[in-house]
Amino acid sequence: MQYERVINPRVANVPPSGIRKFFDIVRQMPGAISLGVGEPDFVTPWPIRDAAIQAIEEGRTQYTSNWGLESLREKVAAYLRMRYHAVYDPKDEVLITVGASEGIDLALRALVCPGDEVLVPEPSYVSYAPCVTFSGGRAVPVVTRAEDGFALMPDMLAKAITPRTKALILPYPNNPTGGVMTREQLAAIAQVLRGTDVVVLSDEIYSELIYSGHEHTAFAAIEGMRERTVTLNGFSKAFAMTGWRVGYCCAPRELLAPMFKIHQYTMLCASIQGQIAADRALGRAFETNFEDVRAMVRSYDRRRRLMVEEMNAMGLPCLEPRGAFYVFPSIRGTGLTSEDFCTRLLRQQHVACVPGTAFGASGEGHIRCSYATSMESLREALKRIRAFLNTL
Amino acid sequence: MFSTLDMHILEILCEDARVTPHEMAVMTGSDEATVNRALESLREAGVLVGCQTLINWERTQREFVQAVIEVNVLPQREKGFDAIAQRIMQYDEVKSLYLMSGAYDLMVLCEAATLRELAQFVHSRLSVIEGVTGTSTHFMLKTYKYGGVIFEPGADDRREAVMP
Repeated sequence: MQYERVINPRVANVPPSGIRKFFDIVRQMPGAISLGVGEPDFVTPWPIRDAAIQAIEEGRTQYTSNWGLESLREKVAAYLRMRYHAVYDPKDEVLITVGASEGIDLALRALVCPGDEVLVPEPSYVSYAPCVTFSGGRAVPVVTRAEDGFALMPDMLAKAITPRTKALILPYPNNPTGGVMTREQLAAIAQVLRGTDVVVLSDEIYSELIYSGHEHTAFAAIEGMRERTVTLNGFSKAFAMTGWRVGYCCAPRELLAPMFKIHQYTMLCASIQGQIAADRALGRAFETNFEDVRAMVRSYDRRRRLMVEEMNAMGLPCLEPRGAFYVFPSIRGTGLTSEDFCTRLLRQQHVACVPGTAFGASGEGHIRCSYATSMESLREALKRIRAFLNTL
Repeated sequence: MFSTLDMHILEILCEDARVTPHEMAVMTGSDEATVNRALESLREAGVLVGCQTLINWERTQREFVQAVIEVNVLPQREKGFDAIAQRIMQYDEVKSLYLMSGAYDLMVLCEAATLRELAQFVHSRLSVIEGVTGTSTHFMLKTYKYGGVIFEPGADDRREAVMP
């Protein structure tokens, strides 16, 4: 069997994730502290877990509707309306997916034809560009800069749009930079898009993790943008439910219908226990006025401030991130590439960070440090990073 | 009324009482003087009443016994249960004391060096207090969790080490 002849070159040519290498080293390194983890360090709150246990005990082990549980879709619609003024009909404008990641894949496959361009702000989450490639399109990076708070700038966007541009991925709050976009900044983006047929895939998975008095604005809530927006979100980050794999995508029914078609023929539905747990998560959040979420955000906020202060103090200039749970300091002053910096830091001090280049070429000169780790580990990691810098 | 800063301070101290006011200021985006003022008013308001270290004594050589004692009492006119509670809480053996709903009135968490000392405390000091009508003593065998902290390891970080 000549495997290289049977594998689709479009897939074969996508390089493996740059993060993998670090993961393999860390695994075999006892006592290593990882700031490379992209998920909450909280465990799903007990009442949510309990709802899933109860569901299993009651024998709820079947498929759900392809759309997802009705009560969950209704809660998602209520949540988006109440929290972000984004209005969707739970009947056919809300689709429960296997994580927000499935939603991205569905949207790209439903939209992209061979040769179509999809604009991807950089640095950003590692999966966007490969997913664009898998769908047959071409990912076109749009660089964002530290001096703009890593927000997407309207002039950069305008320059990147061509007749072949099919979609724009809008990943805010951003992984890995922690950048957010204000309502005014989003309105400026909307201004560029008006009159085009560019669809916006707004990945708002970190929408609840927002700091310093900033408020999340859903792109679909910007005037005139609902018609072209697919809102992607999920339960992983806000409710510490990464492993449950439950997300949702919402869009006008004309846009969602083709995505639903793919979902129906491929994934069928997200696991019923996960959906029941997610239903409980939102139900409970409504009942308790999001107290669990707010307590989590307060806890992240304290670690965030500590990280920013310490990074700046040790000479790694670090913008204050206003969303997600990452800091993205510059390591340019050390003269090392991000990859070298991370490899040497890991080998010498047993601290794992992710090189900025994993998130696109424009991430060079930065490293991503997740602060979703205990305060004790963060303190120790900061101490070790400082020791590492002293050896340079 | 508690401010967000107060809430932050209490959550920080709940996790780790060793955090300094300077660190608290960094973590909350405040300054040290403001944090110190907030700490002072939390003390004055009786919110912050002390701080201790959590010790798993079962891992040491120290010999001691702990018991939960359910106490039934006759509430006193005007003072209710408070007067008797006041008396009981004076004893050094009493580590915690709660007024309960249900089948008994006061729950006393006791600690003594030996079984004999604890027995002596119950029969010659606690049960003879006027107004105490009955006691029921349960010895503690093992501590699994205390003050929100699981004492025996096993609650490790189960996440994958590096994830995008």
